[in-house]
Formats: sequence, structure tokens, C-alpha cells
Amino acid sequence: MRSWTFTLVAVVAGAALFALSRFVQNDYFFFAGYVVLQYIVLSTAWNILGGYCGYVNFGTAALFALGAYTSVAIHKFHPVPIPVLIVIGGAVSAVVGLGIGYLTLRLRGAFFSIATLALAVVIQTLIINWDYVGGSRGAYILRPQTAPVIGSYIQYLFLIMLVLAVAAVAVARLIERSRLGYGFATIRDDEIAAEASGVPTLRLKLIATTLSGAFMGMAGAPLPYYVGYLDPASGFNLAYAVNSIAMPVIGGTTTWIGPLIGAILLGTLQQWVTVTISSAVNLLIVGLLLVAFVIIAPNGIVGLVRPLFQRGHR
Amino acid sequence: MAQPLLQVDDLSKRFGGFVALDGVSLSVEPGERLGLIGPNGSGKSTLVNCLCGALHNETGTVTFDGIDVNGLAPHQRTRLGMARSFQLPRPFASLSLADNLRIPLIYSANVRRGSHFSASEIDARCGELLTLVGLDAKARRLPRDLTQVEMRKLELARAMAADPKLLMADEAMAGLSHSEIEDIIKLLNRLSERGITIILIEHIMRAVMSFSQRLVVLVSGKKIADGNPQDVIRDPEVERAYLGQ
Repeated sequence: MRSWTFTLVAVVAGAALFALSRFVQNDYFFFAGYVVLQYIVLSTAWNILGGYCGYVNFGTAALFALGAYTSVAIHKFHPVPIPVLIVIGGAVSAVVGLGIGYLTLRLRGAFFSIATLALAVVIQTLIINWDYVGGSRGAYILRPQTAPVIGSYIQYLFLIMLVLAVAAVAVARLIERSRLGYGFATIRDDEIAAEASGVPTLRLKLIATTLSGAFMGMAGAPLPYYVGYLDPASGFNLAYAVNSIAMPVIGGTTTWIGPLIGAILLGTLQQWVTVTISSAVNLLIVGLLLVAFVIIAPNGIVGLVRPLFQRGHR
Repeated sequence: MAQPLLQVDDLSKRFGGFVALDGVSLSVEPGERLGLIGPNGSGKSTLVNCLCGALHNETGTVTFDGIDVNGLAPHQRTRLGMARSFQLPRPFASLSLADNLRIPLIYSANVRRGSHFSASEIDARCGELLTLVGLDAKARRLPRDLTQVEMRKLELARAMAADPKLLMADEAMAGLSHSEIEDIIKLLNRLSERGITIILIEHIMRAVMSFSQRLVVLVSGKKIADGNPQDVIRDPEVERAYLGQ
């Protein structure tokens, strides 16, 4: 099967990337790389609902922060290894994603998007008022100096995010080529016609919000260990929501490779700009690129490149 | 007499203060070719939407193949074997023609039979349906490359892909030329020969008269006539509805 070849290639590419990065002595490389990988997970997760089904979610930051705050809460109670936190954070965000889906998926278009934005604010307010995880003061997480086997802790975090990114992209690609992917495409194109063809649209949309939420939560779970200090303003930062929409849109929304390309390009560009120009110019660049792409190439980079390869992906 | 395939009892639907359907009762025998006519706004499409589950009827029951389908979602009704085509074609715009037909095959026909088609069987079935409607040469094209009449054919083919017992064709010929109408009628006759029950909702009398075995007339949400087409069109009440006093 071609899926197996893809999995093999993805795993080898991931392993090679990590092996090569071991020769890099500069810790900054891992700090920056972590953020890019995190955006690969976030934009791929967003794309499952936003790109495949056509439901634009503005609440990415909430589901992401929920994963992070789940980690904070558990850490305060009893520290456990990060992979365990990722599973728990993913589960919490999956359940909340499912709940958001139940509440909002009867809405369409802009109304759905507004509802997700409102729910994000509700979740943020809850966290601000939850004293156990620091409330509005924020919470400090003392991360260990070293990790087992890997050595440097930031390299350990980088590796974890790398595995997560490979997993997210693999799942997205698997969906795209499955029965589920065809169902998602019909929801994007015409829900009434989809129902008339036997597609259980509500159930599929709930599957999409759950999966999308799960990956966002997983991406957020290691965050407290990465930043060391987490407060609601940074966890729920608008940048996560904006970036996770901009990256798939710039890359191309209907394929798995679009968010990957978008996240690598835009994520790297942002890291570079942060160091060379200013950290404040970041979002300005995202905004300008987003406007440019929506006007010039609404189907993203993939849409620009696809005609060059006659038959494309599907 | 065998049990009817579709039994509608006392179906009513209102939109706010407007009564769109008022106590409509109807039964359709397996294998029948039924024509449903009525002036604009008489409730024909609303009836189709209530039968398919796209709208909820306030009163009345719909029984299909011995099963009470009230409260079932549209996709569940499609899986039971009720398929429809839309008045204005609603293809899946980002999918190729073959993939448009793949959707009902994997989501409806496949589920109902309880058996799973293999990938090659699904491909073969897509090809067969496209050949049936004469679109096999465009299998890999997108719906936007089609002409109006081809779009209608795709619409019918997609309804057929769900492997239905009952097909409701909602104005499949509106806006088409004479020869195109002949094309669609030929296609519907071919489907009927395969044992599929067909309800044809149509304005074009020539088409309805040549196709239907029985004619039902709706006027302002009420059924005013039901019977042999030749008798129905001579009915004074039907004449009054169509031609005025």
C-alpha cells in the first residue's frame, strides 16, 4: 500500500531530521524548531475541520491552552512524564472539542466561527478564575535540567514535538484518502446533497471536531515545560488562532501537505523575523501574507503548484 | 394486493402561517411510475423534502417499505432506499464525476447491503453508472465542466448510485430543450425497467404524460386528483387550477 510507503518515508524523514539536529550544538535551534513543529501540529489539526469540512474554527488557542493547562494542573498534583501528559491533554481537548461540536455544529458559515470564538473566550475566563493553575497570575513549571537518554531537555521536547507532528500529518493524510475523507469533502461542498447521498453529516462533523481538538490539546500539553511560565494571556494568545488559520490557507487547505508547507514556511519566517527584525513584526507579516494569498491564490501554494503536475494528488 | 412501497397519510407542513401541505395522503406501489404535477407553489418540492427528511412534517406519517420513517434523518432514509435528485443540481463541486458517484456507493449502497464492496467493485459500479447516463468519457472531470443537461444526468446517476428502491426526480427536466427532455425520459424509462419505483415531479406536461402510469395533482398543498393520467387532465377541477375559471 502507498500509505505504508508514506508512513515509512515520514518516519525516516523524522528520524533523519532528529539525527542531523543532534550535530547542532546551539540550543536555540531546538527552541525555534519546537515552535515550527508545534505549528505543523496545530495547522494540521485545524485543517481537519477547517480545510476538509469547511468549518472555520477561531477557537484553536482555547483547545491548545486547554492541553497546556491540563499539564499544569497535573504537574501541580503529581508530575508525570510528558508523553502521558500529551495523552491526557489530548483527551481533555478532544472531549471539549466534541462538546463545542455539539453546541455549534448546527450553525453554518460565519455563525459557527463566531460561536467558536465566543467559546474560546468562555474557556479563557474559566481558566483565569481557576486559582489552582495560577489564575491570572500564571503558573511556574520548573523543568528538569536533563532528560533520560536524550540528555538536553530542550532536545527532548523537540523530539516529542517531532513525533507528534509526524503523527498528525500521517493521520491527516490517512483521513484524506479514506471513506471519512470523502465524507468530509461532501460536507465542505454541499451538506444537503451529502445527507441525500447517505452521508451522516452531523456524526462526521463531530468526528472532525473531536480529532481536531485532540491534536490541538496534544500540541499544547508540553507547552508549560517549554516556556517554564504559563499565564492565560500567553496560552490563549491570539497568535495561535491566527497562525493556525493562516498556515493552512497559505499552504492550501484541501490536502494534508498544504498545512505542512504553510507551517514550515510561515513558522520559519516568523522565527527568522523575530531574531533579525522584531518579535512584534511577526503577526503583521502573517496578516499581509494572508491578505495577499486570499486575493492572489485562494487555493494556497498547493493550488498554485498543482496545475504543474497535471493529475495532482487526488 | 401487495403492500405499497410508499404510504403517506395525512401529511401537513406549515411555514409560519403559510400552509404548504394540507393533509396529503398518497400511496405508491412497487415498480410504479407516478407523475406529480401542480402549479408553482403548490407544494410539490415541499412534499419531496418532507418525504426525504430534509423538512419535518408537523402531522401525518410516512411509511416506506413497511418502516415508519418519521423522525429519521435524511441520510438514514437514503440508506433505506429513498433517493432523490435536486431541482437545481447540487453536485459535489470539488470531486470528480466518478467520485461524486462514489459517495452514495460507499455511504449508502455499501452500508445497506451489510457487505462491503471492494475498491475495484466500487470503481466498476461508478463506471457502469456513468455509462448508463452517457458521461463515462468525463469520469475524471469536475462538475463545473458539465453542461446543464449533463448536470441533470449526473444528479440522476448520483441518486441511482445509492441503489434506491424509490427515486424522486424533482424537476429533472426544467429548462432543457426538446431533445434533452427526450434524453432524460429515455433514461428514466431505463431505470424503471430495472424495477425502480419513480416519482416524477414535473411541469412539462408532454414529459409527464408520456412517462407516468398514474398522475397526482397538488394545488395549494391539497391533493385534488389521483388516477389515470388521461382522466386526471380532463378533470374539471384540474382544468380550473391550471387554466383559471
